[in-house]
Amino acid sequence: MNPFRYEWTGDASAAVALVAPVPGSVFLAGGTNLVDLMKLGVIHPDLLVDVSRLPYNRIEPLPDGGIRIGAMVRNSDLAADRTIRTRYPLLAQALLAGASGQLRNLATTGGNLLQRTRCPYFQDVAKPCNKRAPGSGCSARDGYQRHMAIFGASEACVATHPSDMAVAMIALDAIVHVLGPNGERAIPLADFYLLPGDDPQHETVLHHGELITAVDLPPLPFATRSCYRKVRDRASYAFALVSVAVALDVQQGVVREARLALGGVAHKPWRATRAEMALRDAPATEAAFRYAADMELSDAQPLSGNAFKIPLARTMIVRTLLDLTSGGNA
Amino acid sequence: MTTLKIRAIGAPLDRIDGPKKVAGTATYAYEHQIAGAAYAFPVQSTIARGRITAIETDQALSLPGVIAVVTHQNAPRLTSDADARLVTLQSDAIAYSGQFVAVVVAETLETARQAASLVRVRCEEQPHDVELSPTHPDLYKPATVNPAQETDTSSGDVEGALARAAITLDATYTTPPYHNNPLEPHATIARWDGDSLTLYDANQGSHRIRDDVARAFGLPPERVRVISPYVGGAFGSKAFTHPHVILVAMAAKVAGRPVKLALTRQQMFAVVGYRTPTIQRVRLGAESDGRLVAIAHDVIEQTSTVYEFAEQTAVATRIMYAAPNRQTSHRLVRLDMPVPTIMRAPGECPGMFALESAMDEMAIACGLDPVEFRIRNEPERDPYTGHPFSSRAVVACLREGAERFGWQPRDPQPGTRTEGDWLIGTGVALSTYPTRRRASSARARVEPDGTYTVSLGASDMGTGAWTILTQIAADALEVPVERVRLEIGDSMLPTAPIAGGSMGTTSWGSAIVAAARELRVLLHEKYGGVIPAEGIEAMGEAGDNPEAQRFAMHAFGAQFAEVRVHRETGEVRVPRMLGAFGIGRVINAKTARSQLLGGMTMGLSMALHEESVLDPRFGDFINHDFTSYHIATNADVGTVDVHWIEEDDPYINVMGGKGIGEIGIVGTAAAIANAVYHATGVRVRDLPITLDKLLG
Repeated sequence: MNPFRYEWTGDASAAVALVAPVPGSVFLAGGTNLVDLMKLGVIHPDLLVDVSRLPYNRIEPLPDGGIRIGAMVRNSDLAADRTIRTRYPLLAQALLAGASGQLRNLATTGGNLLQRTRCPYFQDVAKPCNKRAPGSGCSARDGYQRHMAIFGASEACVATHPSDMAVAMIALDAIVHVLGPNGERAIPLADFYLLPGDDPQHETVLHHGELITAVDLPPLPFATRSCYRKVRDRASYAFALVSVAVALDVQQGVVREARLALGGVAHKPWRATRAEMALRDAPATEAAFRYAADMELSDAQPLSGNAFKIPLARTMIVRTLLDLTSGGNA
Repeated sequence: MTTLKIRAIGAPLDRIDGPKKVAGTATYAYEHQIAGAAYAFPVQSTIARGRITAIETDQALSLPGVIAVVTHQNAPRLTSDADARLVTLQSDAIAYSGQFVAVVVAETLETARQAASLVRVRCEEQPHDVELSPTHPDLYKPATVNPAQETDTSSGDVEGALARAAITLDATYTTPPYHNNPLEPHATIARWDGDSLTLYDANQGSHRIRDDVARAFGLPPERVRVISPYVGGAFGSKAFTHPHVILVAMAAKVAGRPVKLALTRQQMFAVVGYRTPTIQRVRLGAESDGRLVAIAHDVIEQTSTVYEFAEQTAVATRIMYAAPNRQTSHRLVRLDMPVPTIMRAPGECPGMFALESAMDEMAIACGLDPVEFRIRNEPERDPYTGHPFSSRAVVACLREGAERFGWQPRDPQPGTRTEGDWLIGTGVALSTYPTRRRASSARARVEPDGTYTVSLGASDMGTGAWTILTQIAADALEVPVERVRLEIGDSMLPTAPIAGGSMGTTSWGSAIVAAARELRVLLHEKYGGVIPAEGIEAMGEAGDNPEAQRFAMHAFGAQFAEVRVHRETGEVRVPRMLGAFGIGRVINAKTARSQLLGGMTMGLSMALHEESVLDPRFGDFINHDFTSYHIATNADVGTVDVHWIEEDDPYINVMGGKGIGEIGIVGTAAAIANAVYHATGVRVRDLPITLDKLLG
């Protein structure tokens, strides 16, 4: 770890003004991932601007019936929020499926979105990694592949995004609000993350100095019937092999609308748009669910060490959809 | 053998070190306050084999606060007697990835760590050979297996018996490398006073560390003192001296200051040992009535080019079941890999996964219940030595365990019990661990006020030794435990063996009883029962057990597991496990339960989660942290039920207790694998049992 400067401020514009002009500067919120990466020598910021005391710690209703989640809302507080639990149960479940109680108490909403991959080669500075050291090569592609991507990977990078929360949020069409040196802007979460392509060091569309201030969840009445299912290598404190976030609107046995996203399968939380399209107006039957899963997975490009994710994802998609349609409650 | 009046022994006494640990005042190695201490951070090789051509230290040395950078070019010379594992910074040769190639000493830990990242090591890389395979051309037969056991055994005609047997099994089981991963990282503080060295160190036995370090530096042992009152777990990884101890002693010598070093979790994966991966072929032959006629267990495993550690993987197979034709063998290959070491039940643990999985497969092939199949093959005497067992509770453990677990009724057909989406299965496996002891000494002292001090270089790595040795001392002195003060964890105390091989308590306890007897004899015969003002002190020694020449001595157990496997995702859960053990007299019911429960939990972790993943391109364990090296969490562990049966064994030692630190892990993985088979019909012969192996 290199020496670094530390500043804190209670004012968002001041925080942005501190970070924007300094190339090697970063915002610090919960620090649960950032500080680890500093210790490992993966990143070497010169300046940390602590934003954990910014007044973005509220969960508020929006006039359109949606919800605004402040960027500094802790994962454990968000998971416990009554509105979230009743109106967006998939999000509460996703949060509780992530990390550990201790980490959730520190980790923030904004920080969760920006956490880095846990690809072991990215975290080991002795190994080539295009994300950490552009041009050095991808060690994972021919290495330990169990946790690597089956969608949207590139020759340069096969890493997966680790967040559970973001998988649920992308299914909910969340909007990320940011404040930057040039003012505010709103970015749909669907457009927020990048696939690795040739330069996997770029993971989001954020510019240097842009600070996440809030995440909006649009109203989605049928999300009361939703869930998040995560399969991993141990019962707690493990990243997803595959996770599924689903919200379903079924009327008279026909799917009106479906929201489906997958975690643990791509460089970003993976919105399963092909499956959603296949589900829309289809009968709520196992055959239709299986067809939708197959539509999504037909595009998957597994490595030898993670090919099991395809049948696993298929069975999880079908089963989760069936569970949401049987019994009529989420 | 002398007898002991049993009073404190057996009681579920709370840990006497418990309050200190809860309050944070038990001083672990790194926490000793040493005036003027500087901090060390190592630099490790990033290649698996080659030579260092240059080490650039200028940038590191120019950092304010850096005191020294020690490399092979300026490191103190070690003697040629040094244990090969400890030869550190003595040449430009690199023998494994993660080997220490330099250490930085600085005023703060942060500076040392930053400077370490600025040391540039230039290497000439040579091709490395890091993959264990059953067809490796360099497989060889080691002279002995750990600690000094026969490499191969053979009696009768195994091939002929297998050819003639009505029912046969020939299966290969594999276990991956495992890392011990105690919670407390390996840590040492080194302070030189002239030619004398003091080490505050996390270990399983201060005398062993003292002797190794003294030999490496060419010092008389009395010039090295090792202080280790509290140790935060070890599981074997702190039994032998590892190179970081030498590294920090060198750093302190070069810096002219006391120096502190605590390894990071990532560093621990290369330099403090691991359990070798194993490839185990088990062949069984049986008559149609289920009586075994042949048992063969042939093991392939690895060691390093630096040092030969030969894990005794097949030894348990020598004693478990009757069969007239039998063989075991061990073959090793020296790889460009870190040095493997002992890890909880070295040998018995991976070996019994293979044997007890094979026994389950064979019970099914013979159409017998796995419990009854094992009872049917119970030997009358130790098949290996021909000696009678001093005690052997296999049948009692199976019967009582099966009763308590609710083993019957059990439909042997796999996949027949379900609950919703979950397939339910049950499995059983035996456990065993040798009952041994080593020579130890102890000192007992009484003050005029009737308080006693019992001292020896024993080690409590979290097992409960502080407490149970106090109980043994109290009974040996025939006084209440409140009157006894124990001193352990210091090489200045009377010489004692390591906490390892489940023989800490048997060895140390025997010496304590001897010292107490000497003290009482002295008090009564020389002082007429009146304690003089200066107090009285007596030494006691306990050597090897002569009864070991007449009897086979082992602890046994039967372990049962219930598993649930999700029929669609392959997720495995273990809602309950039960172990019934024959372990002689239990010294402390509370700490004994913790040892057995902890062993079983670690066995569950081995069955389902643990695996050090080698990336052969780098010769490195790639999942070298707790994010990616999975150890069972609380959520993975269901009910763990621990029982021991009454067992009176007068031959093993004066306390009548068998070691219990290791047996708990031995049968767990096989019990779970057998239960997974019962639930699903899928036989997983390569650990860990991950969901992808059960899918589709």
